[in-house]
Amino acid sequence: MTNLTDLGVAAIRNGVANGDFTAREVAEAFNANVAAAKELNAFIVTTPEKALEAADAVDADRAAGKELGSMAGVPIGMKDLFCTKGVQTTAASHILEGFTPQYESTVSSNLWAAGAGMLGKLNLDQFAMGSSNETSYFGNVTSPWRRAGGSNTPMSPGGSSGGSSTAVSARLAPAATGTDTGGSIRQPAAFAGITGVKPTYGRCSRWGVVAFASSLDQAGPMAHDVRDCAIMLGAMAGFDPKDSTSLDMPVPDWESALNSDMKGKKVGIPKEYRMEGTDPEILKSWDDGIAWLKDAGAEIVDVSLPHTKYALPAYYIIAPAEASSNLARYDGVRYGLRDLPEGAGLQDMYAATRAEGFGDEVKRRVLIGTYVLSAGFYDAYYTQAQKVRALVARDFDNAWKECDVILAPTTPTASFGLGEKSADPLAMYLNDVFAVPASLAGLPAMSVPCGVNSEGLPLGLQIVGKAFDEQGVMNAGLAIEERAGFTAKPEKWW
Amino acid sequence: MSVNKADVAKIASLARIKMGDDALERMVPELNNILGWVDQLSEVDTSGVEPMTAVIPNVLRLRDDVVNADPKTGGDRRDDILANAPAAEHGFFGVPKVIE
Repeated sequence: MTNLTDLGVAAIRNGVANGDFTAREVAEAFNANVAAAKELNAFIVTTPEKALEAADAVDADRAAGKELGSMAGVPIGMKDLFCTKGVQTTAASHILEGFTPQYESTVSSNLWAAGAGMLGKLNLDQFAMGSSNETSYFGNVTSPWRRAGGSNTPMSPGGSSGGSSTAVSARLAPAATGTDTGGSIRQPAAFAGITGVKPTYGRCSRWGVVAFASSLDQAGPMAHDVRDCAIMLGAMAGFDPKDSTSLDMPVPDWESALNSDMKGKKVGIPKEYRMEGTDPEILKSWDDGIAWLKDAGAEIVDVSLPHTKYALPAYYIIAPAEASSNLARYDGVRYGLRDLPEGAGLQDMYAATRAEGFGDEVKRRVLIGTYVLSAGFYDAYYTQAQKVRALVARDFDNAWKECDVILAPTTPTASFGLGEKSADPLAMYLNDVFAVPASLAGLPAMSVPCGVNSEGLPLGLQIVGKAFDEQGVMNAGLAIEERAGFTAKPEKWW
Repeated sequence: MSVNKADVAKIASLARIKMGDDALERMVPELNNILGWVDQLSEVDTSGVEPMTAVIPNVLRLRDDVVNADPKTGGDRRDDILANAPAAEHGFFGVPKVIE
């Protein structure tokens, strides 16, 4: 019999619909893998009963001859940034430990409506702030991947969606939700050898998603391949009147329109991404990607994104500024932790609660954000960053006159060992250098695995598209996927 | 621009995060490192550029000015709203005394 946990979204959905196996069998198989993988620390809480309950509902619907949803029978991991009714939601912080939402996020409720079930809540960088999964209050997630040659150095699964990338690559879940503020879907997908899509800003509702930087945050799917991502994104996306920035436009049927023929398409190669000091293996993977897209019929053109260098520093003003504002709600009054020192007044309670509840990286970013928004510095930092952001977006607008999609590496390096970069926040921030520009411009972008480096670690290629053109992005991703023939899997050691 | 320990203490107080002397000391070089790096933005000529406020052209919608326009976000949710409060009493959030 097929090993059910090797299957992805499409194969599970089709197999359940055809009666090859039941949704309950699938849920049981993944529940067992989740239970046996505690060492990876990918989950903050597990919900095996939720997965079984959803599976039984799908099996009953099938038996009754009812039409099944697009994710029917697929158990997924839910990043612990999505509020789930009755199930603890923490954003991997101490300040929200024990918080049990009385409501369901729109994205998760869309997924349940499409027939998906929940295996548990996935670990992440605290408040999605981090690129290595070393900032969670609930401990680091360890990537299932190891350097070749018998190394047992624990590796980073990337961040912030590192629990998601680990769960999918270790076959604990066929797919998982991620959120991307400055690369938090694409970078962990690249590190773990899986596929992840950040859609156009506004495609997926942010209602019920713990906010980090509201003008950037966007949910998306993480799964084994492009088709699985197309299916899952279709289930997640859609207009939501409860989110004022939600796009009021129809959701295309991305899955059925998938087409890897790139004839007549132009692929832009941004010269500014060829940065000095980039790992030669990354450059090689980029050249491979160019050759594959050419083979698929695309024309390759050189484009220029002159403000690339300034995207990352602009991001590290804008995102902390928004975070300092969004995280003001954690004050020990309405929910979450309260630290009330003896004889303390309200202000002391706020300050003590936030000191106790936030981790170091969160504090660092809240302080930076508070500083750049404070009187006297607002124009020099925040307004200037918002102007630079406009220039970064304009660079892309100019590029779209020359090409349909842009191809670049997802990350400047492959995964690194846990602890190898955590002492230097700036070095860590540089991990997102290729991912952040598309985030600032709100554009759809994805990472697709393209091979492994000399250490046996996965590498990803990134495709960025025009606003609303998820289809063009996923089609180019599919063309790469078909030619890369990526089949590497982490060897089980946990 | 750079910050000293007194500046960080002021920022921490604005951010409502209690920080002891050690934490303040530690934070000074960390913040200066980051601020020094973001200072490169001042090189960019942004004259005539409008600051970006929305990434995707979109109309900001307003909710109908009606109580319970959406039952999920409207009224009659007192118990749900108080359910996670660290100190709820008599249908209110409990806080330490605020009047001297």
